[in-house]
Amino acid sequence: MAGLGHSRGRGKGYMSFSIEAVGIGKGENLPPSILQPTPLFPPVEHKPVPLVMGEEAEYMLALKQEFRGNMKNLPFYVRPAVSKKDVERYSDKYQNSEPSDNTIEWNPDWKRLPKELRICVKKALKENTSLSVETTVDPKPRKKTRVDKEEIIHNLETLEEEVTSDEEEGEKKKQEEEQQDGEEEYDEEEFEEETDYIMSYFDNGEEFGGDSDDNMDEAVY
Amino acid sequence: MTAQEVRLCGLLLQEHFGEVVERIGTHLLRGGAQNLRTIANETNTPLDLVKKSLCVLVQHGACEFGSGRRGPGSPVEYRASCERVLRVLRYPRYIYTAKTLYGDTGELIVEEVLQRGHMTMSNTVKTVADRLTHNMEEGRSMEYSEVVSAFSKLVETHFLQRCPPVAEMGTAATSTTPATPSTPAAPASTSPPTAESNPDCYKLPHVTLIGRGKRRRSSDDSEEQRGGKKAKMDSESCGDEGIYWLVNFERFHQHFRDQAIISAVASKLDQTSSEIVRTMLRMSEVTTTQTAAYTQPLSANEIFRSLPPNYSISRPILDQYLSLLVDDPMEFVGKSGDSGGGMYVVNLQRALANLARATLESVVQERFGSRSARIFRLLLRKRHLEQKQVEDFAMIPAKEAKDMLYTLLSENLVQLQEIPKTPDHAPSRTFYLYTVNQLPTARLLLQHCYKTVANLIERRLFETKENKRLLEKSQRIEAILASLQASGAEPEQLTEVEEMITAPERQQLEALRHHINKLDSTENQVDETVFLLESYIFSTKTK
Repeated sequence: MAGLGHSRGRGKGYMSFSIEAVGIGKGENLPPSILQPTPLFPPVEHKPVPLVMGEEAEYMLALKQEFRGNMKNLPFYVRPAVSKKDVERYSDKYQNSEPSDNTIEWNPDWKRLPKELRICVKKALKENTSLSVETTVDPKPRKKTRVDKEEIIHNLETLEEEVTSDEEEGEKKKQEEEQQDGEEEYDEEEFEEETDYIMSYFDNGEEFGGDSDDNMDEAVY
Repeated sequence: MTAQEVRLCGLLLQEHFGEVVERIGTHLLRGGAQNLRTIANETNTPLDLVKKSLCVLVQHGACEFGSGRRGPGSPVEYRASCERVLRVLRYPRYIYTAKTLYGDTGELIVEEVLQRGHMTMSNTVKTVADRLTHNMEEGRSMEYSEVVSAFSKLVETHFLQRCPPVAEMGTAATSTTPATPSTPAAPASTSPPTAESNPDCYKLPHVTLIGRGKRRRSSDDSEEQRGGKKAKMDSESCGDEGIYWLVNFERFHQHFRDQAIISAVASKLDQTSSEIVRTMLRMSEVTTTQTAAYTQPLSANEIFRSLPPNYSISRPILDQYLSLLVDDPMEFVGKSGDSGGGMYVVNLQRALANLARATLESVVQERFGSRSARIFRLLLRKRHLEQKQVEDFAMIPAKEAKDMLYTLLSENLVQLQEIPKTPDHAPSRTFYLYTVNQLPTARLLLQHCYKTVANLIERRLFETKENKRLLEKSQRIEAILASLQASGAEPEQLTEVEEMITAPERQQLEALRHHINKLDSTENQVDETVFLLESYIFSTKTK
């Protein structure tokens, strides 16, 4: 490299091959060397030939655009599940509109694919069972809840009174730790008046007036 | 898998399948065969998305899976195919060809199969019948049997073929013992089975499909859902599960190649000669393999008998035409013997080479001018020429010839060949010859074409993104207009809604549509050149 730089000092420049052979005559003016990158949009000397127009070309154009549009709506267009950046909302539980990552919207023939690619649709099943039983907070294992369900059904059948299932379920939750035999008596007491409140708790104020007659000097709040 | 090809594949995947599939696809294309975990880790994508993308890619034939390198116990490896993804560019041409050959029904069948990758026959027939019914007038619907007949015609002429059977694949987790070598497909065949290796690949399944297409009303969605469920249950009882059909691209390519040869003959000679060549090609459709260099020899008597009835030329005239075709420098037709009035073949390989050469020459002409093209053609014919000889033969003054040669050299269309006279390669005693090699130049041009299409797609995406707001607004207004018209509104309301787009915005939209259409149709046109060059290069590979 140093040698070349040194020799560039004399005349036109010393190249490793004879320039006459390639066609540059002696003393001829070569175009000056360019010391910058080529322009981004060089001027085009020859304009390109115009596009082929006609029925066939237009029909193929329409086909192409339609095909692209259709592909965007097919389930093969994979969109990643967008995570909600907002606060968690109560309605999210019931509003599962966005397809999540672990579901697949079309049914490929699983026999033609390797087993490891199989994506099973599990979430839908879970939703169904939880909604029908209405036990949202259930720390106990499944067997216990099934036993509770049977208990509930059994109780409904044996008791003659009509009650809402919510009430029973609420009862069941409270009573889960305690003995389950005592539930029957408790239920009867409550269900007499068909209210949410426990009867013994409520003081309906009939004795109120009587008491205050004796102690008039005390302030009544 | 050059960089340009991978870039183009990535853009095509992105447009048709979304960005996730694009990421996975380009990773596979760049990295070769990989297993599931590697892909997930290296692309930083959640495993479920990777699984989904791989399912999509396998469904469309862009990716194949096979047992791993370390034997049957290692995890499954996936391999993407660049060539297959590039076919997506040619889909409109396939659909249009099906339309010209088999009408609207054929067109819709091919379109449906291309959209879904591969489908069963019953599924295809039902979907196509429904679509055709949708476009017909009220009260008429499409019979399944018509669609079935179009489908069978496509299969008989080999435009559709069965999917190859899949070898049994076991994962590492399930196989505690190594896979038994008694399974027929597994260790014996290292390459995945192709469609052609299946002897049944063109056999129609015995399925009776009776029914008519259902008209879908856009207003009742509930009925559609119920109809959809019913359709699903119906297909389960159809009896052709597991038999999937896909589009046979090679057969379409054969058809395109034949078309190219026929139109070349028509433009070089005349219509009658092109009809003769068309007849010859039609007769040898079934007897010629795809990679044959020339068709089977046909005698002049056979050609005479098979000419179409409206081309009534007499026997001596046919002989004259055939000898004209044989003598033509393009060498489309060759004579291989004299029995039966003369045995003639169509030289497929030579025809493709000549077509590719014509393409190269025309590219040089359009980009550098007709005199550069003259030099280029000269070098193609005379192989090696010195600087002085080029000037003399091309009849171009020395200075200009030099300029043009250097321009072509800098674009790599022309190469310099050194021939030393002395063993020390002294420059003053070496010949420097200019030369053009057709095959490497064709490859170079093909890569240029891929780059062109990728640039076109990128520009189109850019234009769409720039005007996204405007496009969305116009889409919303169209939706509002459509719903107003459907519910019966007065013209004043309609004009009021239409005026929501101002005049300059309308102009902008028009210009945008015009640009996008131009870019799209340019892609289609470049693809024609791509096809020609690809066929030529492929024909030289198989020796």
